[in-house]
Amino acid sequence: MKNRVSGAEALMLALKDAGTEILFGYPGGAALYIYDALFQQDAIKHILVRHEQAAVHAADGYARSSGKPGVVIVTSGPGATNAITGIATAFMDSIPLVVISGQVRAPLIGTDAFQETDMIGVSRPVVKHNFLVQKAEDIPDIISKAFYIATSGRPGPVVVDIPKDLTDSNHQLNYSFNKDVHIRSYQPQNEGHPGQIKRALKLLLESKQPVIYSGGGVISANASEELIELARILDFPVTNTLMGLGAYPASDDRFLGMLGMHGTYEANMAMHNSDLILAVGARFDDRITNDPAKFALKAKKIHIDIDPASIDKIIDVDVPIVGSTKIVLRKILNLLEKKKDKIDKKKIEPWHLKIKTWRKEHGLNHDLLEEKSSNSKILPQQVIQALYQETKGDAFVTSDVGQHQMFAAQYYKFEKPRRWINSGGLGTMGFGLPAAMGVQFAFPEATVACVTGEGSIQMCIQELSTCLQYGLPIKIINVNNAALGMVKQWQDMQYDGRLSQSTYQDSLPDFVKLAESYGHVGMKVKKYEELKSAMKECFKLTDKLVFLDIDVDPDEHVYPMLEASMSLADMHLDKKNKTW
Amino acid sequence: MQKVISLLMENQAGALSRVVGLFSQRGYNIDSLIVAPTSDSTVSRLTMTTHEDEKVVEQITKQVNKLIDVVKVKDLTGNNLIDRELLLIKLEVNTKNKSHLDKTNCSILSEEKSLYVAEFIGTSSEVDKVILSLQNCPLLEVVRTGVSAISSDEQIFSVKN
Repeated sequence: MKNRVSGAEALMLALKDAGTEILFGYPGGAALYIYDALFQQDAIKHILVRHEQAAVHAADGYARSSGKPGVVIVTSGPGATNAITGIATAFMDSIPLVVISGQVRAPLIGTDAFQETDMIGVSRPVVKHNFLVQKAEDIPDIISKAFYIATSGRPGPVVVDIPKDLTDSNHQLNYSFNKDVHIRSYQPQNEGHPGQIKRALKLLLESKQPVIYSGGGVISANASEELIELARILDFPVTNTLMGLGAYPASDDRFLGMLGMHGTYEANMAMHNSDLILAVGARFDDRITNDPAKFALKAKKIHIDIDPASIDKIIDVDVPIVGSTKIVLRKILNLLEKKKDKIDKKKIEPWHLKIKTWRKEHGLNHDLLEEKSSNSKILPQQVIQALYQETKGDAFVTSDVGQHQMFAAQYYKFEKPRRWINSGGLGTMGFGLPAAMGVQFAFPEATVACVTGEGSIQMCIQELSTCLQYGLPIKIINVNNAALGMVKQWQDMQYDGRLSQSTYQDSLPDFVKLAESYGHVGMKVKKYEELKSAMKECFKLTDKLVFLDIDVDPDEHVYPMLEASMSLADMHLDKKNKTW
Repeated sequence: MQKVISLLMENQAGALSRVVGLFSQRGYNIDSLIVAPTSDSTVSRLTMTTHEDEKVVEQITKQVNKLIDVVKVKDLTGNNLIDRELLLIKLEVNTKNKSHLDKTNCSILSEEKSLYVAEFIGTSSEVDKVILSLQNCPLLEVVRTGVSAISSDEQIFSVKN
């Protein structure tokens, strides 16, 4: 016999049946029946954050690190609008989330009721899909569809907006959960066209100067293994986008580092001079291509992507393959297996040598940490290297947005997918700390570091309280240059050093005391000599949140840096040298 | 050149706003857009026209197709396209106007008091011509439906096919 339950109870049951173990949220008027049903069950754990934006970022960090969808509950009006930045962040990076928002009672919709916002309208441009629940009976089905849509095809956030009266006990329904969802208007293509795959194979075997350019799509489809196998069989060099770091082990000789705006010299040069680009789960965005009209003109291009709209959007490609990166790469590998004799690694040896020369000329200096700088100030890159050494390259690293993010992407050598958690597409300051919370909930025993700056951390600093409540031993590595570093860098380079609203030297909090007032450990590092030992001490405190506030050289810029509206080969190499 | 895109979408609250929202969100310029239910009550058919270039039209079809409520999209532009627009106009009753209306093949639907309401059905450019030749009458009100279109192809554009 089926259970008669309220809409709120049905919601809880459906979330559980959809596989939810943990919710991130914040209660409020329109969500009170939902929170009451939550109170009366124990299958799902709820994490109370301090701001709805953080709830979404935490669910996002949970999803990115674990591969499972993140789930959020917020109330109507300001609860819903506060969640929007988090939703937009997840949308830009194709992260699967289900966000439940309370809504005012159905008869009040459209009357400017207290805490009413048209969440369907407000969220529409930043969700994969959204649902306004019209009948309590629909709740289980809609939740099932929401999870299916969020996690299949190109993943993304789905909002389910539920009017308060549909969750009260007046609406009783027969609960049943149908996991097999069919939506006639939504059928993601996963398989890849066999003809196109064959054409791709031909190009792969012919190329003398190939590059594999892979992005977040490899991580979201768990295709890292296939990517590594392909690169090794063909002996192709690999570059990763900011979103794709970790999909290919950074310690491998074939790895070129990140490409694009702040990509390595060798990655950008290899792309620019290649005769074949195999793009896998990457979308040729503007931080990668620079001027699309000057992008890798000599290269044929193969593009594997689950989203047909990503193909030929910015760069026209020779072989488009719509499908899951995992499935398509596996199919290519299977075909290669039969054509092993056609693989000629010798043919690409000169190319590898060329890349080695580029790396030698202008590659990143991974021994910076061993060299004290002339002004004895700590370089931000040295902070990342110290972090890398101390965590042996095996931590989950979340980041905020700005210079510290780029330094982390350049200097922390990620060996595994889902270890590097950052807001790549939207570039959301304030992402790092709540995302780290989500990671720590997904992996309670893991080492989680949040690389941040004194600007970004203050955008979600209130979550230090959440960390206390749940005893999260996150290590906050605050790369403190007392300025909005990336803004300052652009102002230094392009606005004759007019630092418009990018510094605040005399108004920063004492982060050590701040951390302590939240019940955590705070540590300050000012001198280069203290860096390694402080890092060691910080990670020794395995059961504590440590806020490591490190003063760094405020004048350091992130290099290489592409010159706008030019090609991938046109880079600033440092403050004085450029390639063109 | 005018391009015509047709799409079938679930007849659900909010479906149209997703399509229209997408155009402004991605900066696509749409010349006309009409939508109405079909013989299948679960589906609405939407027809839009645009002068965007082929690359943009390809993006429009792909992006629209990604919307969960959209069942099918087709670029109907081509030789087998049959497109029609309905024009409704209002103008003063007098013999000069009557003869202009007759000359341009407009049918008079009503002749209340001192005003004609007339209609014309034709392609967009025919409608343009009618408006141009009547503009000095003068035309007091002009209402156009926007382009409705169907292909004479053997291939049927429906949810099932």
